[in-house]
Amino acid sequence: MAIRRFNWPLWAGFLLALIAAFSYFSFFVRFPITRDFPWANLLLFLLAAVLLFVGIRQGFARDRAHPVRSRIVTSIVSLFSVTIFALFVFSIFVVGRWLPASTGAPHVGQKVPEFTLSDANGKQVSLNELLTTPIEGKPPKGVLLVFYRGYW
Amino acid sequence: MAISADTQEETRNLLQQAGYTFTFLSDRPAEVIRRYDLVHAHAGEGGRDIARPAEFLVDTSGTVRWINLTENYWIRARPGDILDKAKLLQ
Repeated sequence: MAIRRFNWPLWAGFLLALIAAFSYFSFFVRFPITRDFPWANLLLFLLAAVLLFVGIRQGFARDRAHPVRSRIVTSIVSLFSVTIFALFVFSIFVVGRWLPASTGAPHVGQKVPEFTLSDANGKQVSLNELLTTPIEGKPPKGVLLVFYRGYW
Repeated sequence: MAISADTQEETRNLLQQAGYTFTFLSDRPAEVIRRYDLVHAHAGEGGRDIARPAEFLVDTSGTVRWINLTENYWIRARPGDILDKAKLLQ
């Protein structure tokens, strides 16, 4: 007897693969422990893989009402899920490393170049000023210079 | 203190959203970023040059005491580690 049933493990696996990928950029990236290495997302991908495996078995079972259609849908959904995983791994472990070597950046023990730039309110601020202006009446001990990518 | 190739307006928006209270400087032409050899060419919006992530701890004589040049921009220095390194400054 042909049983027509919704292949929920397949679709749940696909949905979880999507969540596994996007939750890194929207949520897990906020916490150093889940950002430096995306283990939380890889764990979600693993769960998605288990669901997809069950879904593929169901989709390719002989008792499907529409075996050909079921196999096509199952194959496409699985392929999409694998592509999502591949793109995620690529963007974290490959694209993330596309950075210049910056061998000419100041080294430990070297003096950093002096500069003057405007702050968010348009006020001109120099490095020398930050190194000498007292904070709460005490002379500063130094400055942390953070260069960041900004809006991109 | 933080430096990026963002405009003053973009920087203002960031400060409002994130609530940072330290100094943010805007280096739109990436001149200072270039002087520090930290340009990530054409990596910004519309192919603009932006800064690659980098952190320098500088003492009052202007000398670098600690540096962090990440090899993967998803991996950044953690605030606790930086505070530890700040003890080098006396």
